[in-house]
Amino acid sequence: MHSCVVAVSSFTPYDRSMEIQEHESITENLESKVDEKDNKSVEIKVLFFARARDVTGMTDMLLIVSTGSIAPDCLNNLLVKFPGLSEILWCMVVALNEEYTPENTVVKDRDELAIIPPISGG
Amino acid sequence: MADERNLIEILEENNPIDIIKYINYVHSPKCGAIATFSGTTRDTFEGKTVLELRYEAYVPMAVRCIKSICSSARSSWNLNSIAVAHRLGPVPVGDISVFIAVSSVHRADGLDACKFIIDEVKASVPIWKKEVYTNGEVWKENSEFLERREELGIQDRTRGCCGRKVKVEDALDAKSCCALTKHPTHTDRGC
Repeated sequence: MHSCVVAVSSFTPYDRSMEIQEHESITENLESKVDEKDNKSVEIKVLFFARARDVTGMTDMLLIVSTGSIAPDCLNNLLVKFPGLSEILWCMVVALNEEYTPENTVVKDRDELAIIPPISGG
Repeated sequence: MADERNLIEILEENNPIDIIKYINYVHSPKCGAIATFSGTTRDTFEGKTVLELRYEAYVPMAVRCIKSICSSARSSWNLNSIAVAHRLGPVPVGDISVFIAVSSVHRADGLDACKFIIDEVKASVPIWKKEVYTNGEVWKENSEFLERREELGIQDRTRGCCGRKVKVEDALDAKSCCALTKHPTHTDRGC
């Protein structure tokens, strides 16, 4: 968050050029943040089922992780947000884009990561 | 592959399984056998009265998994047609939640494939059921899945619910530990 403080001294007239400089600086920061997301991070969709949904209270969410992240990195990220997921961590699996996948698979932008607690179909 | 007649349906809530539809689908004059399996909701589990089962699924992936299971079955047995249907939502006691029909020239292929398919569904298809009792409800866990976990790609994340690392042989204890935090979750060796 960028806060803008303009100090006005009673001895110097208000300097509008300073305000313009600060505005430009804010704009640059925002642009670089957008670039940062494009190059250095990816956004994936995470799906929660059964017990995982009970724990998080959500059916799905968008998650931004660093480029090059693998499933365990995403899970660590989720554990910070939802510590309760630790209770199923030992027995769940993950699926990437509707397929069970080795955990060292790198997640890409717009991938769909499903948190799959122990299944009980049939 | 020559025409593979597979019918896979994940039925939305409140759509009972019409077993005749699936039997008719697999029926063929070329076949001497139609083998079927019905999974039905039992009225008790370990002494507790079951009111109903409630199912949910990761539907697109469940369909993919079942297709893959059908392919595997075909690679092992000589089969004609396969139909697999699974209900979602509430399934009252006595109702059918999953139905499999397999036709084959000879009965051994159909019977063996039928068993294989239900075993694989229980081990790998992302469908979950909640068992609803008079005094609570619990998510069930198939033992077939727990035995299959490592092959499904998961590393051995053997941490107990308290977060401490546990040895592999204690993993079952960790499960009991987790189970005690809510209602007991027991593996279902059901149908």
